[in-house]
Amino acid sequence: MEIIENSPKLVSKIPDGPLTEKWSKHKNSIKLLSPANKKKHTVLVVGTGLAGASAAASLAEMGYNVKAFCIQDSARRAHSIAAQGGINAAKNYPNDGDNVWRLFYDTIKGGDYRAREANVYRLAEVSNSIIDQCVAQGVPFAREYGGTLANRSFGGAQVSRTFYARGQTGQQLLLGAYSALMRQVHLGKVEMLPRREMLDLVKVDGKARGIIVRNLVTGDMERYAGDAVLLCTGGYGNVYYLSTNAKNSNVTAAWRCYKRGAFFGNPNYTQIHPTCIPVSGIYQSKLTLMSESLRNDGRVWVPKTKELAEQVRSGKLHPNDIKEDDRDYFLERKYPSFGNLVPRDVASRNAKYVCDEGRGVGSGLAVYLDFRDAIKEQGADTISAKYGNLFEMYEKIQGEDPYKVPMMIFPAVHYTMGGLWVDYNLMTTVPGLYALGEANFSDHGANRLGASALMQGLADGYFVVPYTLGDYLATDKPEKVDTSHPEFDKIEKEATERIDKLLAIKGKKTVLDFHRELGNLMWDYVGMSRNKEGLETAIEKISALREEFWKDVNIPGDANYYNKYLEYALRIADFLELGELMARDALVREESCGGHFREEYQVDGEAKRNDADFAFVSAWEYLNGEGERLHKEELKFENVELTQRSYK
Amino acid sequence: MSTEKMTIHLKVWRQKGPNEPGKLVDYTVNDANEHMSFLELLDWLNEALMKKGEEPIEFDHDCREGICGSCNMMINGMAHGPQRGTAACQLHMRQFKDGDTVVVEPWRATAFPLIKDLVVDRAAFDNIMAAGGYVSVNTGGYVDANAIPIPKDEAETAFDYAACIGCGACVAACPNSSASLFTAAKISQYAHLPQGHAERKKRVVAMVDQMEKEGFGDCSNHGECEAVCPKEISITAIAEMRREYIKAVL
Ligand SMILES: Cc1cc2nc3c(=O)[nH]c(=O)nc-3n(C[C@H](O)[C@H](O)[C@H](O)COP(=O)(O)OP(=O)(O)OC[C@H]3O[C@@H](n4cnc5c(N)ncnc54)[C@H](O)[C@@H]3O)c2cc1C
Ligand code: FES
Repeated sequence: MEIIENSPKLVSKIPDGPLTEKWSKHKNSIKLLSPANKKKHTVLVVGTGLAGASAAASLAEMGYNVKAFCIQDSARRAHSIAAQGGINAAKNYPNDGDNVWRLFYDTIKGGDYRAREANVYRLAEVSNSIIDQCVAQGVPFAREYGGTLANRSFGGAQVSRTFYARGQTGQQLLLGAYSALMRQVHLGKVEMLPRREMLDLVKVDGKARGIIVRNLVTGDMERYAGDAVLLCTGGYGNVYYLSTNAKNSNVTAAWRCYKRGAFFGNPNYTQIHPTCIPVSGIYQSKLTLMSESLRNDGRVWVPKTKELAEQVRSGKLHPNDIKEDDRDYFLERKYPSFGNLVPRDVASRNAKYVCDEGRGVGSGLAVYLDFRDAIKEQGADTISAKYGNLFEMYEKIQGEDPYKVPMMIFPAVHYTMGGLWVDYNLMTTVPGLYALGEANFSDHGANRLGASALMQGLADGYFVVPYTLGDYLATDKPEKVDTSHPEFDKIEKEATERIDKLLAIKGKKTVLDFHRELGNLMWDYVGMSRNKEGLETAIEKISALREEFWKDVNIPGDANYYNKYLEYALRIADFLELGELMARDALVREESCGGHFREEYQVDGEAKRNDADFAFVSAWEYLNGEGERLHKEELKFENVELTQRSYK
Repeated sequence: MSTEKMTIHLKVWRQKGPNEPGKLVDYTVNDANEHMSFLELLDWLNEALMKKGEEPIEFDHDCREGICGSCNMMINGMAHGPQRGTAACQLHMRQFKDGDTVVVEPWRATAFPLIKDLVVDRAAFDNIMAAGGYVSVNTGGYVDANAIPIPKDEAETAFDYAACIGCGACVAACPNSSASLFTAAKISQYAHLPQGHAERKKRVVAMVDQMEKEGFGDCSNHGECEAVCPKEISITAIAEMRREYIKAVL
């Protein structure tokens, strides 16, 4: 495999000057398009989650013609809707010493120093405007009795900077962005195309100029041309089969763009969230997150000994009957200054350790999250006001009342920090192709802090791309292209042939069989902890599984009508390629950082980073059927000192 | 955890397309268990059907956490099934007994044309939202978030209405197929927030008119909508919407 150090293909376009002035200087120096000229441009926005809906609405308000696409029957149903806990901003309303610098610092540290300083600083800088914007739209955030906005704490921070709307923050933020989007639909500036799935990217003269989508109702292939394509298609956690992501979340759009020349950044960086409801059986179709905000008041523990844990597992001992001295509040014990609020990767790994030691509860793969003390101190009503809907959700799924019995939780795949490589303007290595939100790799380094994905999606869509896109269009002045261009014929034909090929296999195994197998491989070898041997095994096994898939998958029905299992098969075909790249990326990174924990590189069970050799972004280039090439973007830290993260 | 097997008999509405005839088809799942969600039961059945070379049952779903509003089905004649405040995806088999027969049908309403099996087209809801379900503020056109204090209980009430997931259960349950609860929830949310006040009159008229245009029926206070709403949105929203409407047109 070829490796390019300091790759000349990765031009980050980070503006010069002091960190705190970069974004304003950049905004002042980039080119603008006049309103009359904006009207002449069409922008294709793929995805209507927080990133896509906010970008589509903002661009339409500015005068662009926007076409927006999503898989679901309505833009409002994007996966962002499920975000629970909250969104960060450096408002410092609680007066606890927060500011833009601190939010920047926490985020870059939380990401284990594997993100660009300039991007993260910009994110912190625009965070406050996001809250203002959302309030103006009528987002009903939680408030104090005096009528001002309320805040809570999230992992990895010692200030209270998270804004929330009960346990449904993502829903309220997305409905805010969706309402702005629907207003533009009404005004005729956005054409909304739901139940469409992008299957490929069309490039003309090397630039992104259109997309091929499948109409999921009729099965027809459709073509759309534009002057830029914004990929806002979310994350790829579902490569692990079981994850907290919505069932339709997938990598296809990003993966197809990768195969058309967009580099893939840090594919292995995956976040495993510590507080999810444990797996209950083979039929399990997804995992449910219990918001991190619960760790504000819930205490994580397991029985002190294996013997006690065994008694609990066999039902002989009730957790409430375990004496205080026999409980191990392992996060509080090991990390006294952050306690239960250590970052996600640390909390997850420690849950794994205690279960590996035989001290897990439930099926053996679970730990307690206990509200007994919080209820005693604050009263059940206060706890219910804070977390009522989460407690209800837990009870519906588990059939147990968390007011009375401690919750059981276990880590689950939740978020992917990796994604398409983008420069400071959010443009990929394909001119005219942008990636926003979870679909890009940009701001979270090797680990994302809680409540910062919502912040990033909305920052990208409301406050970054509306500026940077104009600069590209004004500088590049793309020629008119329409869908009769021969490139559209060619790419559409390839997409159609792919579908025909899949349908013709008529094998014996269902798509779900393959997805489950892939998920198991990923979880076992490319999951919470990884090692060289395991990663090599994964590469071999995934490649074999992919071969089997193309020989033996059985897809029901036909392509010319609504066929969810065909959609599913197309996505799994791409996951089977992505999984292998993730393993390769993890193999190359011979250090532990954030969510990437290599067993060979640790000190006392804590991740051991290697800044001398690995302070870079991995950006993978697809080489038409001949493997891939690794480009490295060196990360420069001029404003923060790289320290080994410590939450002790 | 108990893993005792349950046998569930299903009668599921099968219809290939909008212009094809549809009918209830019998299926039996012998190895269900109480920890499965209702959608997992359908997944399980679909796997078995595909292994036999039959076409699976199509249904919409995504989050499987009761928040995206994708899943929609009548279960034993009730929108989202028997458990109060619960979307079909959150309904677990422990709500049923071994040997039960369960009838599964799509939402039925003129404004929600059928696409296939249990899948319907709910674009009419988006059209109602586009007519006025927003505050007309452009990106960047705001004041500091704390500049306008909002009493906590007003914010909470606004939230109660804003919790709507747009699933359409209210329409499916209503004998008149009215979309009043859906429309009123949005109108009431903004009525309780100062940000919504500037366009208050315009909004209620536009949204109510659009609702009628989409072919939804009138509300005659049956209250079925409130009973099936997975987010338990109160029917007082509809009374508020009526007051808002009268104030707007007087
Ligand atoms: C359960 C849960 C809780 C969370 N809680 C929080 C939280 O409290 N705070 C926080 O900051 N973050 C949270 N996150 C993370 C956060 O919700 C996501 O990272 C974020 O919402 C992603 O937004 P997005 O706009 O990038 O993508 P998404 O919301 O995933 O949207 C993707 C869009 O792309 C469309 N799409 C995908 N592929 C295609 C295609 N091929 N063709 C056409 N359209 C396509 C989809 O239809 C959808 O509209 C949570 C995540 C989960 C799973
Ligand atoms: S699948 Fe999202 S609400 Fe049921």
